[in-house]
Amino acid sequence: MAMSKPFRRYNMRVVWLSLLYSAFLIGAVYSFKHELLSGFAAYAAAILPALPVIGIFAAIGRYLVEEQDEYVRMLMVRQTLWASGFALSVATVWGFLESFDLAGHVDSYYIVVLWFGGLGLGACINRLTLGDSGRC
Amino acid sequence: MENQLKVLRAARNWSQNDLAEKLEVSRQSVNAIETGRYDPSLPLAFRIAELFALPIEEIFVSPNRHSSKAI
Repeated sequence: MAMSKPFRRYNMRVVWLSLLYSAFLIGAVYSFKHELLSGFAAYAAAILPALPVIGIFAAIGRYLVEEQDEYVRMLMVRQTLWASGFALSVATVWGFLESFDLAGHVDSYYIVVLWFGGLGLGACINRLTLGDSGRC
Repeated sequence: MENQLKVLRAARNWSQNDLAEKLEVSRQSVNAIETGRYDPSLPLAFRIAELFALPIEEIFVSPNRHSSKAI
């Protein structure tokens, strides 16, 4: 599938945000490992890696606004709906299992990992039901 | 939704890519519309109709008309 200009811009945003995420995460892990931060600075350093991830969500939203091809946009919307449904469902089931001491604790940011995995699931479902996997 | 897009395109010797360029959409969109897997929005349906200089109902078959035939 040829890349549209909005999709190229989306890709570039995701690449830059991923690099930023890596830098913030490495910095935060190093700082906490060596106990360099405390108080407000510690909170700021802990939150910094989350910001580029939030930025990726915003980049997806921006892409949906910028994409002029309505069919391609629909494929992406379907992917994000499947991703949301998948991630929230797994998180809900895991939450109850954890509440009843039937499963160990998992950090909540793993929902994001599930969500990105859900985008792949959505692409597969698009491929199976519409014959096009879409972009992402 | 059933439509005459493939027939109209073929009559003009246009490839799916040619039609996609004229409509400013992807080839995948043209393919999805032609095969009835995707119903275009009203603005895109109007663009298609204007490109072929035909009324929308001569390109797209109303689902109601189709179902009434079946009855």
